Amino acid sequence: MRLWQQQKLKTMKQDWPLWEIFIRSKQGLDHKHVGSLHAADAQMAIENARDVYTRRQEGVSIWVVESNHVHASNPDEAPSFYDPMNDKVYRHPTFYDLPDELKHM
Amino acid sequence: MEIQNSEKIFQDKVDEEIRIEPKDWMPEKYRQTLIRQISQHAHSEIVGMLPEGNWITRAPSLKRKAILLAKVQDEAGHGLYLYSSAETLGIGRNEMLNQLHTGKAKYSSIFNYPTITWADIGAIGWLVDGAAIMNQVPLCRASYGPYARAMVRICKEESFHQRQGFEILLVLSKGTEAQRRMCQDAINRWWWPSVMMFGPNDEASPHTAQSMKWKIKRFSNDELRQKFIDVCAEQVKILGMHLPDKDLKWNEERGHYDFGAIDWGEFWNVVNGNGPCNKERLEARVKAHEEGAWVREAATAHAEKRKAKANQAA
Repeated sequence: MRLWQQQKLKTMKQDWPLWEIFIRSKQGLDHKHVGSLHAADAQMAIENARDVYTRRQEGVSIWVVESNHVHASNPDEAPSFYDPMNDKVYRHPTFYDLPDELKHM
Repeated sequence: MEIQNSEKIFQDKVDEEIRIEPKDWMPEKYRQTLIRQISQHAHSEIVGMLPEGNWITRAPSLKRKAILLAKVQDEAGHGLYLYSSAETLGIGRNEMLNQLHTGKAKYSSIFNYPTITWADIGAIGWLVDGAAIMNQVPLCRASYGPYARAMVRICKEESFHQRQGFEILLVLSKGTEAQRRMCQDAINRWWWPSVMMFGPNDEASPHTAQSMKWKIKRFSNDELRQKFIDVCAEQVKILGMHLPDKDLKWNEERGHYDFGAIDWGEFWNVVNGNGPCNKERLEARVKAHEEGAWVREAATAHAEKRKAKANQAA
């Protein structure tokens, strides 16, 4: 067994956690998910995220969240999950038929 | 019955250009095809740093050093975008690295050629990155969301790679007789391997049909190759150089350039591990991984220590 194979076995259980990276591209805008990376801890995740995701000034602020802390809705349940919203067109302004003479509304 | 139904829902989504996301149901073969393709692509980015890294300290000026350094850093970034996109399909980072280091996974054969002169760095940017862009732009619309998003980011960054390469050759092409010879020599050596980057001819590429049905691929190998040749045949004129193909000729009827026979014997020889640098490249990767082990261990130990301290304080 070669050296790196031994090391691989040794470090497998200590594989660095995965982090989800969110970047604010400029002041006033939301942080947006851009991808993920591995890092030993949050500080390292932020520094790596700077090198991986902001090489061209794409960001002014970085959030990192350990991936196993993200909980997601189930895509298989999407039809029933979002169903209650499907028949409420009256929530949109275009639902209301108003005369053209009506201004500033 | 259940699977058949899921397959139909899946294919309908693909047909309607609805992207597939990590938690959506997908055929096992789709998952495996993507893992193979994306990890192979990631490995190519990482191994691709080696032929160019070779020239960082020897680039002819501070400006060229800084540019090359930035480009090689981009390749590392591209590898990382792709590895994490492959990980969303359920394969671990270690497993992928292991596949690369044991030779189980392939990377693009182009990186098994040596970079002998400075002009090679120009030719790589123009031809190798040019071919890569030709391949990658349609991948920005690949059916798998995380892959497509990684490709969008990569394509934005690749454009500078190609332009800096062409500019290197342009400067050489206006230089001394020796510099012009060096420029032509690099084009001569990189042209055919670049043409081969698109993979085997369509009739020898059995997976293309399925990949196109799944909208992982949008164009066949030969379509993209033709497009690349048409573009380069024009661009080379600006350099006042020529492509090393005596059969290269504009075909009015087809509206494309005809080109000479590709030496597929050489292609398969390099794919199968017998190119000029296969052994060297793999050894360099394994060595870097082995010698970086202490850094990874130290970072883990440091993180644990900090965590313990924080717990104590709390």
